[in-house]
Amino acid sequence: MTEERKLAIIVSKGTLDMAYPGLVLANAARMLGIEVKLFFTFWGLDVINEKTVDHLKVAPVGNPAMHMPQLAGVLPGATDLATAMMKKQMEKLDLPPVREFLEMIHDAGAEIYACRMAADMMGLTKEDLVPQVDEIVGALEFLEMAEGAQIIFI
Amino acid sequence: MTAVTTAKTLSELHVKLDPEGFLVDPNEWTPEVAQLIAQEEGIELTDRHWEVINFVRAYYEEHGEPPTLRAITKRGGVPTKELYQLFPKGPAKKVARIAGLGKPRGCI
Repeated sequence: MTEERKLAIIVSKGTLDMAYPGLVLANAARMLGIEVKLFFTFWGLDVINEKTVDHLKVAPVGNPAMHMPQLAGVLPGATDLATAMMKKQMEKLDLPPVREFLEMIHDAGAEIYACRMAADMMGLTKEDLVPQVDEIVGALEFLEMAEGAQIIFI
Repeated sequence: MTAVTTAKTLSELHVKLDPEGFLVDPNEWTPEVAQLIAQEEGIELTDRHWEVINFVRAYYEEHGEPPTLRAITKRGGVPTKELYQLFPKGPAKKVARIAGLGKPRGCI
């Protein structure tokens, strides 16, 4: 039934609230036996960067889902507050922190790739990325690998 | 099929299954039911499988809902990799079926 399904998830954003949807979907897919490849590009690299993976934030500014006046978002501490609130909610739902989540989905068999162009642009090599990253590949290679997969862009 | 014909089939045990093969009533679950469902799934149950199943059953008894896979790995002491090896191609549904619980509805 689901044996043949394949999912390719492109993560292009590096905020905490944009990191989780891709990770949750990847994990859910693996739990159902669906093949998963994740491609982290542009700001998405922050999600797999050793330096930033534990420090992703929720930005209240420009985020209408925060349901607060935009001006309040620029106040000192607003970002940290929003981030802390989200982390607390995540914990309640038994969602692991991003680093552990990456370990979990990788152990579950999801493949993790970093975009070559974005890595070059930011001066990152494989050593700068979390050990779960399988390879740095170009967009062409990734699209080839993702042949026949449903593609989700986040 | 001469001497050893003790093994029953699922239908002979009269447990109610939903259209997707999950137990309708978790209370109808017995270890024998688990064996038969596992057989259907092509899984031969080892001690490690039973550790997972027993943890899931105990968690369900206590919380009234099945544990997440993360809870199984964190609190049940079976690492993610092994869990995927024990229940290949989709552990979420397989564990729930064999442990006699409904189709998993959670996200994690």
